Amino acid sequence: MIEVNSLSKHFGSKTVVNNLSFAVNKGEVLGFLGPNGAGKSTTMRMVTGFITPSKGDAEICGISVTDHPKEAKSHIGYLPEAAPLYDDMTVLDFLKFCASMRKLHGKKGREAIEMVVDTCFLGNVAHQSIHTLSKGYRHRTCLAQALLHDPDVLILDEPTDGLDPNQKHEVRQLIKRLGQEKAILFSTHILEEVDAACSRALIIDQGRIVADGSPADLREQSGTQSLHDLFRNLTTKETD
Amino acid sequence: MFTIFRRELKSYFTQPTAYAVICIFLFMSLFLTFTLGNFIKTGDANLEWSFFFWHPWIYMLLAPALGMRLWSDEHRSGTIELLGTFPTTIWSAILAKYLAAAVVWAVALALTYPMVIAVNTLGDPDNLTILSGYIGSFLLCCTFLAITCLISAFTSDQVSCLIISCSVCVLLVVIGFDHVVRAFAQSFSETTTNAIVSTAVLDHYRPLLRGSMRIQDIVYFLTIIVACLLSTSAILNAKRA
Repeated sequence: MIEVNSLSKHFGSKTVVNNLSFAVNKGEVLGFLGPNGAGKSTTMRMVTGFITPSKGDAEICGISVTDHPKEAKSHIGYLPEAAPLYDDMTVLDFLKFCASMRKLHGKKGREAIEMVVDTCFLGNVAHQSIHTLSKGYRHRTCLAQALLHDPDVLILDEPTDGLDPNQKHEVRQLIKRLGQEKAILFSTHILEEVDAACSRALIIDQGRIVADGSPADLREQSGTQSLHDLFRNLTTKETD
Repeated sequence: MFTIFRRELKSYFTQPTAYAVICIFLFMSLFLTFTLGNFIKTGDANLEWSFFFWHPWIYMLLAPALGMRLWSDEHRSGTIELLGTFPTTIWSAILAKYLAAAVVWAVALALTYPMVIAVNTLGDPDNLTILSGYIGSFLLCCTFLAITCLISAFTSDQVSCLIISCSVCVLLVVIGFDHVVRAFAQSFSETTTNAIVSTAVLDHYRPLLRGSMRIQDIVYFLTIIVACLLSTSAILNAKRA
Protein backbone atom coordinates (compact mmCIF):
# COMPACT_ATOMS: atom_id res chain seq x y z
CA MET A 1 0.00 0.00 0.00
CA ILE A 2 2.92 2.36 0.73
CA GLU A 3 5.88 1.85 -1.53
CA VAL A 4 8.86 4.14 -1.12
CA ASN A 5 11.40 3.91 -3.94
CA SER A 6 14.89 5.44 -3.61
CA LEU A 7 13.55 8.56 -1.91
CA SER A 8 16.09 11.33 -1.35
CA LYS A 9 15.84 14.89 -0.12
CA HIS A 10 18.56 17.52 -0.17
CA PHE A 11 18.27 20.95 1.42
CA GLY A 12 21.09 22.85 -0.23
CA SER A 13 24.22 20.77 0.26
CA LYS A 14 22.70 18.84 3.19
CA THR A 15 21.26 15.40 2.48
CA VAL A 16 18.39 14.80 4.88
CA VAL A 17 16.99 11.62 3.32
CA ASN A 18 19.36 9.40 1.40
CA ASN A 19 18.04 6.85 -1.07
CA LEU A 20 15.38 5.42 1.23
CA SER A 21 13.36 2.41 0.04
CA PHE A 22 10.79 0.43 2.00
CA ALA A 23 7.21 -0.82 1.73
CA VAL A 24 4.29 -1.06 4.14
CA ASN A 25 1.59 -3.58 3.28
CA LYS A 26 -2.05 -3.73 4.27
CA GLY A 27 -2.40 -4.99 7.83
CA GLU A 28 1.07 -3.80 8.75
CA VAL A 29 2.04 -1.14 11.33
CA LEU A 30 5.53 0.14 10.62
CA GLY A 31 7.26 2.00 13.44
CA PHE A 32 9.59 4.65 12.09
CA LEU A 33 12.40 5.23 14.58
CA GLY A 34 15.40 7.47 14.62
CA PRO A 35 17.08 10.26 16.57
CA ASN A 36 16.08 13.89 16.12
CA GLY A 37 17.06 15.14 12.66
CA ALA A 38 17.36 11.61 11.23
CA GLY A 39 14.90 12.47 8.43
CA LYS A 40 11.71 10.85 9.76
CA SER A 41 9.41 13.86 9.38
CA THR A 42 10.93 14.81 6.01
CA THR A 43 10.34 11.26 4.72
CA MET A 44 6.75 11.35 5.95
CA ARG A 45 6.15 14.76 4.37
CA MET A 46 7.44 13.42 1.05
CA VAL A 47 5.25 10.32 1.29
CA THR A 48 2.18 12.51 1.97
CA GLY A 49 3.01 14.74 -1.01
CA PHE A 50 3.53 17.84 1.13
CA ILE A 51 7.13 18.29 0.00
CA THR A 52 8.62 17.23 -3.30
CA PRO A 53 11.42 14.62 -3.22
CA SER A 54 14.79 15.59 -4.72
CA LYS A 55 14.95 12.05 -6.13
CA GLY A 56 12.78 8.94 -6.07
CA ASP A 57 9.06 8.54 -5.57
CA ALA A 58 6.45 7.13 -3.22
CA GLU A 59 3.40 5.18 -4.30
CA ILE A 60 0.19 5.05 -2.29
CA CYS A 61 -2.10 2.17 -3.31
CA GLY A 62 -0.16 2.04 -6.59
CA ILE A 63 -0.58 5.79 -7.29
CA SER A 64 2.53 7.95 -7.58
CA VAL A 65 2.51 10.88 -5.13
CA THR A 66 4.72 12.89 -7.48
CA ASP A 67 2.75 12.28 -10.69
CA HIS A 68 -0.82 12.15 -9.32
CA PRO A 69 -0.70 13.97 -5.98
CA LYS A 70 -4.43 14.69 -5.74
CA GLU A 71 -5.46 11.03 -6.25
CA ALA A 72 -2.71 9.70 -3.97
CA LYS A 73 -3.58 12.18 -1.18
CA SER A 74 -7.19 11.01 -1.15
CA HIS A 75 -5.96 7.61 0.15
CA ILE A 76 -3.86 9.11 2.95
CA GLY A 77 -4.74 10.18 6.46
CA TYR A 78 -1.95 12.32 7.89
CA LEU A 79 -1.22 13.55 11.38
CA PRO A 80 1.58 16.13 11.23
CA GLU A 81 4.12 16.33 14.05
CA ALA A 82 2.89 19.56 15.67
CA ALA A 83 -0.80 18.63 15.23
CA PRO A 84 -1.64 21.96 13.52
CA LEU A 85 -5.25 23.18 13.77
CA TYR A 86 -7.25 26.31 13.01
CA ASP A 87 -7.52 27.90 16.45
CA ASP A 88 -10.47 30.12 15.56
CA MET A 89 -12.75 27.11 14.91
CA THR A 90 -14.59 24.75 17.24
CA VAL A 91 -13.62 21.06 17.11
CA LEU A 92 -16.85 20.21 15.29
CA ASP A 93 -16.48 23.04 12.75
CA PHE A 94 -12.90 21.97 12.09
CA LEU A 95 -13.96 18.37 11.47
CA LYS A 96 -16.80 19.58 9.21
CA PHE A 97 -14.26 21.62 7.25
CA CYS A 98 -11.92 18.62 6.92
CA ALA A 99 -14.84 16.34 5.93
CA SER A 100 -15.83 18.82 3.24
CA MET A 101 -12.22 18.97 1.99
CA ARG A 102 -12.36 15.17 1.76
CA LYS A 103 -15.61 15.42 -0.24
CA LEU A 104 -17.68 13.92 2.58
CA HIS A 105 -20.90 15.90 2.41
CA GLY A 106 -24.35 15.54 4.00
CA LYS A 107 -25.15 12.31 5.78
CA LYS A 108 -21.80 10.74 4.87
CA GLY A 109 -19.98 13.65 6.46
CA ARG A 110 -22.11 13.61 9.62
CA GLU A 111 -21.58 9.85 10.08
CA ALA A 112 -17.84 10.18 9.52
CA ILE A 113 -17.61 12.99 12.08
CA GLU A 114 -19.67 11.04 14.64
CA MET A 115 -17.40 8.04 14.11
CA VAL A 116 -14.12 9.93 14.66
CA VAL A 117 -15.51 11.94 17.60
CA ASP A 118 -16.28 8.59 19.27
CA THR A 119 -13.01 6.96 18.22
CA CYS A 120 -10.85 9.85 19.46
CA PHE A 121 -12.97 10.57 22.57
CA LEU A 122 -13.76 14.14 21.55
CA GLY A 123 -17.42 14.17 22.66
CA ASN A 124 -16.70 16.42 25.67
CA VAL A 125 -14.97 19.12 23.64
CA ALA A 126 -16.87 18.90 20.34
CA HIS A 127 -18.34 22.41 20.69
CA GLN A 128 -15.28 23.92 22.33
CA SER A 129 -13.06 26.42 20.55
CA ILE A 130 -9.77 24.80 19.50
CA HIS A 131 -7.61 27.52 21.08
CA THR A 132 -8.92 26.49 24.52
CA LEU A 133 -7.97 22.80 24.14
CA SER A 134 -5.19 21.05 26.04
CA LYS A 135 -2.30 19.53 24.07
CA GLY A 136 -3.79 16.05 24.37
CA TYR A 137 -7.14 17.11 22.94
CA ARG A 138 -5.44 19.10 20.15
CA HIS A 139 -3.50 15.99 19.18
CA ARG A 140 -6.65 13.86 19.20
CA THR A 141 -8.56 16.43 17.13
CA CYS A 142 -5.79 16.33 14.53
CA LEU A 143 -5.78 12.54 14.65
CA ALA A 144 -9.57 12.61 14.13
CA GLN A 145 -9.20 14.60 10.88
CA ALA A 146 -6.71 11.98 9.65
CA LEU A 147 -9.28 9.20 10.21
CA LEU A 148 -12.35 11.03 8.82
CA HIS A 149 -12.31 9.58 5.31
CA ASP A 150 -11.40 6.06 6.47
CA PRO A 151 -8.13 6.13 4.48
CA ASP A 152 -6.27 3.05 3.30
CA VAL A 153 -3.00 4.52 4.49
CA LEU A 154 -2.28 6.32 7.76
CA ILE A 155 0.86 8.37 8.26
CA LEU A 156 1.23 9.51 11.84
CA ASP A 157 4.12 11.71 12.93
CA GLU A 158 4.60 11.12 16.66
CA PRO A 159 0.93 10.43 17.36
CA THR A 160 1.41 9.96 21.12
CA ASP A 161 3.44 13.11 21.69
CA GLY A 162 1.97 15.22 24.50
CA LEU A 163 -0.56 12.63 25.62
CA ASP A 164 -0.88 11.38 29.19
CA PRO A 165 -0.19 7.65 29.87
CA ASN A 166 -3.90 6.73 29.57
CA GLN A 167 -4.27 8.57 26.28
CA LYS A 168 -1.02 7.04 25.00
CA HIS A 169 -2.34 3.58 25.78
CA GLU A 170 -5.64 4.34 24.00
CA VAL A 171 -3.90 5.71 20.89
CA ARG A 172 -1.56 2.70 20.73
CA GLN A 173 -4.54 0.35 20.97
CA LEU A 174 -6.29 2.38 18.26
CA ILE A 175 -3.24 2.17 15.97
CA LYS A 176 -3.01 -1.57 16.57
CA ARG A 177 -6.72 -2.01 15.80
CA LEU A 178 -6.66 0.17 12.69
CA GLY A 179 -3.48 -1.54 11.53
CA GLN A 180 -5.41 -4.78 10.95
CA GLU A 181 -7.01 -3.36 7.82
CA LYS A 182 -4.80 -0.40 6.87
CA ALA A 183 -1.15 0.30 6.17
CA ILE A 184 0.22 2.49 8.96
CA LEU A 185 3.51 4.33 9.10
CA PHE A 186 4.14 6.07 12.39
CA SER A 187 7.16 7.73 13.84
CA THR A 188 8.05 7.71 17.50
CA HIS A 189 10.86 8.36 19.95
CA ILE A 190 9.39 5.95 22.46
CA LEU A 191 10.87 2.53 21.86
CA GLU A 192 8.25 0.83 24.06
CA GLU A 193 5.69 1.75 21.41
CA VAL A 194 7.38 -0.60 18.97
CA ASP A 195 6.37 -3.55 21.14
CA ALA A 196 3.01 -2.05 22.00
CA ALA A 197 1.78 -1.24 18.49
CA CYS A 198 4.13 -2.20 15.64
CA SER A 199 4.32 -5.32 13.56
CA ARG A 200 7.60 -4.08 12.07
CA ALA A 201 10.08 -1.33 12.82
CA LEU A 202 12.60 0.60 10.82
CA ILE A 203 15.44 2.60 12.34
CA ILE A 204 16.88 5.42 10.28
CA ASP A 205 19.93 7.53 10.95
CA GLN A 206 21.22 10.44 8.88
CA GLY A 207 18.63 9.68 6.22
CA ARG A 208 19.57 6.00 5.78
CA ILE A 209 17.95 2.80 6.98
CA VAL A 210 20.17 1.16 9.60
CA ALA A 211 17.80 -1.57 10.81
CA ASP A 212 14.58 -3.14 9.54
CA GLY A 213 12.63 -6.02 11.03
CA SER A 214 9.96 -7.20 13.45
CA PRO A 215 10.39 -6.10 17.10
CA ALA A 216 11.62 -9.63 17.92
CA ASP A 217 14.17 -9.55 15.07
CA LEU A 218 15.50 -6.18 16.19
CA ARG A 219 15.87 -7.33 19.79
CA GLU A 220 17.72 -10.37 18.48
CA GLN A 221 20.06 -8.11 16.46
CA SER A 222 20.92 -6.07 19.57
CA GLY A 223 22.61 -9.05 21.24
CA THR A 224 21.22 -7.91 24.62
CA GLN A 225 17.50 -8.28 23.79
CA SER A 226 17.17 -4.52 24.21
CA LEU A 227 15.82 -2.12 21.59
CA HIS A 228 17.43 0.74 23.53
CA ASP A 229 20.89 -0.81 23.11
CA LEU A 230 20.32 -1.44 19.40
CA PHE A 231 19.10 2.14 18.92
CA ARG A 232 22.12 3.57 20.76
CA ASN A 233 24.56 1.38 18.81
CA LEU A 234 23.15 2.10 15.38
CA THR A 235 22.34 5.80 15.55
CA THR A 236 24.53 8.86 15.74
CA LYS A 237 24.57 10.56 19.11
CA GLU A 238 24.62 14.35 19.31
CA THR A 239 27.92 14.07 21.20
CA ASP A 240 29.54 11.99 18.40
CA MET B 1 -12.03 25.59 -3.32
CA PHE B 2 -15.47 26.69 -2.05
CA THR B 3 -14.82 24.90 1.28
CA ILE B 4 -11.64 26.91 1.90
CA PHE B 5 -13.36 30.13 0.73
CA ARG B 6 -16.23 29.55 3.18
CA ARG B 7 -13.85 28.76 6.06
CA GLU B 8 -11.77 31.86 5.42
CA LEU B 9 -14.78 34.15 5.11
CA LYS B 10 -16.29 32.75 8.31
CA SER B 11 -12.94 33.15 10.05
CA TYR B 12 -12.85 36.89 9.16
CA PHE B 13 -16.28 37.41 10.68
CA THR B 14 -15.90 35.17 13.76
CA GLN B 15 -12.81 37.16 14.73
CA PRO B 16 -12.69 40.95 15.15
CA THR B 17 -10.50 41.40 12.03
CA ALA B 18 -13.19 42.05 9.44
CA TYR B 19 -15.28 44.24 11.78
CA ALA B 20 -12.25 46.32 12.76
CA VAL B 21 -11.12 46.82 9.16
CA ILE B 22 -14.64 47.64 7.92
CA CYS B 23 -15.34 50.10 10.79
CA ILE B 24 -11.99 51.88 10.42
CA PHE B 25 -12.45 52.06 6.64
CA LEU B 26 -15.95 53.52 6.96
CA PHE B 27 -14.86 56.02 9.61
CA MET B 28 -11.74 57.12 7.73
CA SER B 29 -13.40 57.38 4.33
CA LEU B 30 -16.34 59.42 5.67
CA PHE B 31 -14.13 61.54 7.92
CA LEU B 32 -11.82 62.45 5.03
CA THR B 33 -14.80 63.07 2.72
CA PHE B 34 -16.33 65.63 5.07
CA THR B 35 -13.08 67.26 6.27
CA LEU B 36 -10.23 67.36 3.75
CA GLY B 37 -12.58 66.36 0.92
CA ASN B 38 -14.88 69.38 1.56
CA PHE B 39 -17.88 67.37 0.38
CA ILE B 40 -20.45 69.93 1.65
CA LYS B 41 -18.51 73.13 0.87
CA THR B 42 -17.75 72.30 -2.78
CA GLY B 43 -21.42 71.63 -3.45
CA ASP B 44 -20.50 69.33 -6.33
CA ALA B 45 -22.70 66.25 -6.85
CA ASN B 46 -19.91 63.79 -7.52
CA LEU B 47 -17.71 61.57 -5.38
CA GLU B 48 -14.47 61.74 -7.36
CA TRP B 49 -12.44 64.23 -5.28
CA SER B 50 -14.27 64.25 -2.00
CA PHE B 51 -14.67 60.47 -1.52
CA PHE B 52 -12.76 58.15 -3.88
CA PHE B 53 -9.65 60.36 -3.95
CA TRP B 54 -8.77 59.34 -0.39
CA HIS B 55 -9.19 55.59 -0.82
CA PRO B 56 -5.57 54.79 -1.87
CA TRP B 57 -4.36 56.35 1.38
CA ILE B 58 -6.69 54.22 3.45
CA TYR B 59 -6.03 51.02 1.49
CA MET B 60 -2.25 51.42 1.86
CA LEU B 61 -2.57 50.48 5.51
CA LEU B 62 -5.83 48.58 5.78
CA ALA B 63 -5.47 46.19 2.81
CA PRO B 64 -2.18 44.79 4.21
CA ALA B 65 -3.75 44.71 7.70
CA LEU B 66 -6.50 42.44 6.43
CA GLY B 67 -4.28 40.38 4.14
CA MET B 68 -1.20 39.90 6.33
CA ARG B 69 -2.55 36.69 7.83
CA LEU B 70 -3.34 35.08 4.45
CA TRP B 71 -0.27 32.82 4.35
CA SER B 72 1.82 34.08 7.28
CA ASP B 73 -0.68 32.58 9.69
CA GLU B 74 -0.74 29.24 7.82
CA HIS B 75 3.08 29.11 8.05
CA ARG B 76 3.14 30.12 11.73
CA SER B 77 0.50 27.66 12.89
CA GLY B 78 1.67 24.86 10.58
CA THR B 79 -1.81 24.45 9.09
CA ILE B 80 -0.20 24.81 5.66
CA GLU B 81 0.88 21.18 6.20
CA LEU B 82 -2.78 20.19 6.53
CA LEU B 83 -3.81 22.20 3.47
CA GLY B 84 -0.88 20.77 1.53
CA THR B 85 -1.94 17.19 2.23
CA PHE B 86 -5.64 17.59 1.44
CA PRO B 87 -6.58 16.36 -2.05
CA THR B 88 -6.67 19.85 -3.53
CA THR B 89 -4.26 22.09 -5.40
CA ILE B 90 -2.33 24.95 -3.83
CA TRP B 91 -3.69 27.24 -6.56
CA SER B 92 -7.30 26.68 -5.49
CA ALA B 93 -6.30 27.40 -1.87
CA ILE B 94 -4.63 30.68 -2.95
CA LEU B 95 -7.66 31.72 -4.99
CA ALA B 96 -10.12 30.77 -2.22
CA LYS B 97 -8.23 32.68 0.48
CA TYR B 98 -7.73 35.71 -1.76
CA LEU B 99 -11.38 35.84 -2.83
CA ALA B 100 -12.54 35.62 0.80
CA ALA B 101 -10.42 38.68 1.69
CA ALA B 102 -11.70 40.48 -1.44
CA VAL B 103 -15.29 39.78 -0.37
CA VAL B 104 -14.61 41.47 3.00
CA TRP B 105 -13.49 44.57 1.07
CA ALA B 106 -16.52 44.36 -1.21
CA VAL B 107 -18.70 44.41 1.93
CA ALA B 108 -16.76 47.42 3.29
CA LEU B 109 -17.22 49.32 0.02
CA ALA B 110 -20.89 48.34 -0.23
CA LEU B 111 -21.45 49.82 3.23
CA THR B 112 -20.52 53.27 1.91
CA TYR B 113 -23.86 53.29 0.01
CA PRO B 114 -25.19 56.20 2.15
CA MET B 115 -22.73 58.42 0.24
CA VAL B 116 -24.39 57.45 -3.05
CA ILE B 117 -27.82 58.15 -1.57
CA ALA B 118 -26.53 61.48 -0.23
CA VAL B 119 -25.20 62.77 -3.58
CA ASN B 120 -28.38 61.62 -5.34
CA THR B 121 -30.51 63.44 -2.76
CA LEU B 122 -28.42 66.61 -2.82
CA GLY B 123 -27.90 66.85 -6.57
CA ASP B 124 -28.00 65.07 -9.89
CA PRO B 125 -24.79 63.03 -10.18
CA ASP B 126 -23.70 60.78 -13.03
CA ASN B 127 -24.27 57.39 -11.39
CA LEU B 128 -22.24 55.57 -14.03
CA THR B 129 -19.22 57.66 -13.05
CA ILE B 130 -19.85 56.73 -9.43
CA LEU B 131 -20.06 53.05 -10.45
CA SER B 132 -16.78 53.41 -12.32
CA GLY B 133 -15.27 54.97 -9.18
CA TYR B 134 -16.41 52.01 -7.11
CA ILE B 135 -14.93 49.57 -9.66
CA GLY B 136 -11.63 51.51 -9.59
CA SER B 137 -11.60 51.59 -5.80
CA PHE B 138 -12.29 47.85 -5.57
CA LEU B 139 -9.60 47.03 -8.18
CA LEU B 140 -7.08 49.18 -6.33
CA CYS B 141 -7.89 47.48 -3.05
CA CYS B 142 -7.66 44.01 -4.66
CA THR B 143 -4.28 45.00 -6.10
CA PHE B 144 -2.93 45.93 -2.67
CA LEU B 145 -4.44 42.73 -1.28
CA ALA B 146 -2.70 40.62 -3.96
CA ILE B 147 0.64 42.31 -3.14
CA THR B 148 0.08 41.50 0.54
CA CYS B 149 -0.84 37.91 -0.37
CA LEU B 150 2.48 37.50 -2.19
CA ILE B 151 4.50 38.99 0.67
CA SER B 152 2.69 36.85 3.25
CA ALA B 153 3.81 33.75 1.32
CA PHE B 154 7.44 34.63 2.12
CA THR B 155 7.17 34.97 5.88
CA SER B 156 5.50 33.52 8.94
CA ASP B 157 5.83 36.87 10.73
CA GLN B 158 2.67 38.92 10.26
CA VAL B 159 4.28 42.18 11.45
CA SER B 160 7.06 41.92 8.85
CA CYS B 161 4.44 41.15 6.23
CA LEU B 162 2.41 44.23 7.26
CA ILE B 163 5.42 46.57 7.20
CA ILE B 164 6.76 45.34 3.85
CA SER B 165 3.32 45.28 2.20
CA CYS B 166 2.50 48.81 3.42
CA SER B 167 5.85 50.05 2.11
CA VAL B 168 5.28 48.53 -1.34
CA CYS B 169 1.74 49.98 -1.50
CA VAL B 170 2.96 53.44 -0.41
CA LEU B 171 5.71 53.27 -3.04
CA LEU B 172 3.22 52.40 -5.80
CA VAL B 173 1.13 55.42 -4.82
CA VAL B 174 3.83 58.05 -4.31
CA ILE B 175 5.78 57.38 -7.51
CA GLY B 176 2.85 58.97 -9.32
CA PHE B 177 3.20 62.32 -7.47
CA ASP B 178 4.41 65.33 -9.45
CA HIS B 179 7.29 66.05 -7.03
CA VAL B 180 8.52 62.46 -7.27
CA VAL B 181 8.15 62.40 -11.06
CA ARG B 182 10.20 65.63 -11.28
CA ALA B 183 12.88 64.09 -9.04
CA PHE B 184 13.00 60.99 -11.28
CA ALA B 185 13.20 63.18 -14.41
CA GLN B 186 16.30 64.93 -13.01
CA SER B 187 18.08 61.65 -12.26
CA PHE B 188 16.95 59.32 -15.07
CA SER B 189 16.34 59.48 -18.81
CA GLU B 190 12.85 60.27 -20.09
CA THR B 191 12.20 56.63 -21.09
CA THR B 192 13.20 55.33 -17.64
CA THR B 193 11.14 58.01 -15.91
CA ASN B 194 8.11 57.17 -18.06
CA ALA B 195 8.57 53.46 -17.35
CA ILE B 196 8.73 54.07 -13.58
CA VAL B 197 5.81 56.48 -13.57
CA SER B 198 3.64 54.11 -15.63
CA THR B 199 3.74 51.63 -12.71
CA ALA B 200 2.15 54.18 -10.37
CA VAL B 201 -1.36 53.21 -9.32
CA LEU B 202 -2.77 56.75 -9.25
CA ASP B 203 -2.28 57.20 -13.02
CA HIS B 204 -4.54 54.19 -13.57
CA TYR B 205 -6.90 54.89 -10.69
CA ARG B 206 -7.84 58.50 -11.48
CA PRO B 207 -9.28 57.87 -14.98
CA LEU B 208 -11.65 55.32 -13.41
CA LEU B 209 -12.79 57.93 -10.87
CA ARG B 210 -13.63 60.27 -13.75
CA GLY B 211 -15.78 57.56 -15.31
CA SER B 212 -13.27 56.75 -18.03
CA MET B 213 -13.11 52.95 -18.14
CA ARG B 214 -9.93 52.53 -20.18
CA ILE B 215 -8.84 49.00 -21.08
CA GLN B 216 -5.20 49.74 -20.18
CA ASP B 217 -6.16 50.68 -16.61
CA ILE B 218 -8.22 47.53 -16.08
CA VAL B 219 -5.43 45.44 -17.62
CA TYR B 220 -2.88 47.18 -15.36
CA PHE B 221 -4.76 46.24 -12.18
CA LEU B 222 -5.60 42.70 -13.35
CA THR B 223 -1.99 42.11 -14.43
CA ILE B 224 -0.63 43.00 -10.99
CA ILE B 225 -3.29 40.88 -9.28
CA VAL B 226 -2.72 37.79 -11.47
CA ALA B 227 1.08 38.19 -11.36
CA CYS B 228 1.05 38.42 -7.55
CA LEU B 229 -1.23 35.37 -7.18
CA LEU B 230 0.88 33.31 -9.61
CA SER B 231 4.03 34.38 -7.77
CA THR B 232 2.39 33.37 -4.48
CA SER B 233 1.82 29.92 -5.97
CA ALA B 234 5.44 29.76 -7.16
CA ILE B 235 6.76 30.79 -3.71
CA LEU B 236 4.59 28.28 -1.85
CA ASN B 237 5.62 25.49 -4.23
CA ALA B 238 9.28 26.51 -3.97
CA LYS B 239 9.05 26.37 -0.17
CA ARG B 240 7.85 22.77 -0.43
CA ALA B 241 10.45 21.74 -3.00
